[in-house]
Amino acid sequence: MHSLMKAMPIKRNFFTPLTILMFILIINGLVFAFFRFTSGIGSIANLNNQFPWGIWIGIDVAAGVALAAGGFTTAALAYIFHKDEFHDIVRPALLTAMLGYTFVGLGVIFDIGRSYYIYHPMYMWNGNSVMFEVGLCVFAYVTTLYIEFIPIITERFIGRVNLRGIFSRFNKVIETVIRNLDRIMDKALFFFIILGVVLSCLHQSSLGTLMMIAGTKIHPLWQTPIAPLLYLLSAIAVGFPMVIMESLISSRSFSLKTEMNLLSKLGRFVGPLLAIYLAFKLGDMAIRETFVYLNEFNLVSVMYTIEVVFGIIIPLRMFLWDKVLKSPFWVFVASNLVIFGVLLNRFNNFIIAYTPLYADKPYWPSIGEISVTIGFISLEILLYRMLVMIFPVISQPIKTSTAKTKIALKGVIR
Amino acid sequence: MKQSRRDFFKTAGLIGAGASGLNPEKAKAAPVNIISDDRMGVLIDTTVCIGCRRCEYACKGAHDIPQGSLQDYDDRSVFEKLRRPEIDALTVVNEFTNSKDPDTPIDVKVQCMHCDYPACVSACIVGAISKQENGSVIWDTDKCIGCRYCMIACPFQVPAFEYNKALQPDIVKCDFCFDRTKDGGIPACVEICPMEALTYGKRFELVKLAHKKIANNPDKYIDHVYGETEVGGTSWMYLASKDFKELALPEHSDEPAPGASEALQHGIFKYFIPPASLFALLGGIMWLGKNKNESELGE
Repeated sequence: MHSLMKAMPIKRNFFTPLTILMFILIINGLVFAFFRFTSGIGSIANLNNQFPWGIWIGIDVAAGVALAAGGFTTAALAYIFHKDEFHDIVRPALLTAMLGYTFVGLGVIFDIGRSYYIYHPMYMWNGNSVMFEVGLCVFAYVTTLYIEFIPIITERFIGRVNLRGIFSRFNKVIETVIRNLDRIMDKALFFFIILGVVLSCLHQSSLGTLMMIAGTKIHPLWQTPIAPLLYLLSAIAVGFPMVIMESLISSRSFSLKTEMNLLSKLGRFVGPLLAIYLAFKLGDMAIRETFVYLNEFNLVSVMYTIEVVFGIIIPLRMFLWDKVLKSPFWVFVASNLVIFGVLLNRFNNFIIAYTPLYADKPYWPSIGEISVTIGFISLEILLYRMLVMIFPVISQPIKTSTAKTKIALKGVIR
Repeated sequence: MKQSRRDFFKTAGLIGAGASGLNPEKAKAAPVNIISDDRMGVLIDTTVCIGCRRCEYACKGAHDIPQGSLQDYDDRSVFEKLRRPEIDALTVVNEFTNSKDPDTPIDVKVQCMHCDYPACVSACIVGAISKQENGSVIWDTDKCIGCRYCMIACPFQVPAFEYNKALQPDIVKCDFCFDRTKDGGIPACVEICPMEALTYGKRFELVKLAHKKIANNPDKYIDHVYGETEVGGTSWMYLASKDFKELALPEHSDEPAPGASEALQHGIFKYFIPPASLFALLGGIMWLGKNKNESELGE
């Protein structure tokens, strides 16, 4: 396939005022991390026997998994449904998913009391546990994502292996290994792409089953038997907005040309996907008659209303509007609203909706918990920036005369 | 993606062969969860309890928790606040005012209920919590990863966690004195109770006893054995003179606490058929689309 775009490492300065700010936020998070691992979770987190889970699970893990959905949705679109024009955005989406899930894992390591036993679920099974399924699926999926990333690494290094000094004797061996790996991956990639989509569907939905066992402790607005379906639908709906948001930010940050044409095409899928999610959410509400809880004016009803109105209805209307789809600014706003809506949904389900039986005061995340979460997000963004500078992830126009001919040719053929 | 159709089938066949070798029935994928007909239980008669808190004292002794002196437990000021089981107190007694007879307040001992269908056992990611044949729901330190999902799941909000330990923090809860009861002993709290407010015995006999007590004294008790049917039944049960809601015992339906989550979970994974079908479906779509693309290009 001829393409006028090619994924290439980006050559820019790594350090900007924003990246330096992020470094500071990471160091701030590390300070709290030190106390968490030397004096226990209680030393920095507002968690107790009534509120065993806070934002580390609600945001870092639950929302983190949902917001990494861009990986499997774009892979499915481009490879399974053969929408070839979207190939250029698969790699950035894949990288985001890979980093996203890695940080979900890190979030779990911070949150569980015995981090050093994180491997226990691998051979201590409880098939009845929803968390066991989510855990193994997430582990399998993060492995799949790393495998899917291999072609990007081999592409970067094929023909460029050039170790110096005493290591130079390994150059040939490494080159052969990389070339073979590349050949194998070329044949096997389809398997891992389908596997990734299947695993994503499984754990994205099971994440919705996770809080079901808390029974009456979860507010009826969120405690629904179709929670797994709602989680899956919302994850699928948030995938493309994440890709659009990231694409717009990185093109701005690296001063690349915005691929508005491609992004608005991608944006066209979001409206219908959000509509399906909304239909099930409201249908569930109508059938279980949970709308009665919206008559009360309290934290729960306000949060639910914000989630549905600002997170689903407004962006749904926006994504069905041609003007919005064509404007980088408005499509950015609409995408962020969807992201906000799904993030808020997970936050609401795991934290706002959770009312323990004997709490004497409500949960509020501590400075330590917030610092760690912000540190994670900053580190994730910096790693993304670093990796797109090292590996061919983001597609850029090829600046040669041959590229121009290709464009011309393409124009004629199509 | 350069790949011929033949390659596709070759790989797909291999995957199929691999998947058929997976038999979920073979894997021992669930913790011990026995509901024996002869499981033991305790009936707590809150109308008899005087709030002497000897049970708290004995419990600490039986679980290597610093007890202090017995006199400390005569301090009734602790009743001013509702207390919950903690990492250093597996059982606590709370006191409630008695509107019928203000001079004799109602004292309610709180501990793990040892459910017949424990949500914590169902929830635990590594199967560290198990329901033993004698009715005890116990926790295994060698497996636990400290995720605290059991605390989220518990319908009585009982398990406590050692938040201020960096190494080997424990999930702490009443273990029905498993070390004593497994060899025929009786729980420390039952043994020490001077009022015989706690009756230890086979659960089905305790249910009969409870109803007999209610029938003999219909004025004294409300006609409800708390724990007989709540969340599918619990090993520990209560009798009281007033509504259990007012005694900080939560209202629950008779549905087992793991509820629909287990059924949903098993539905999604039934013999791996749904995930395998999804894989086949997506593979089919991918292959058909590939075919179309190739024919459009004239192959």
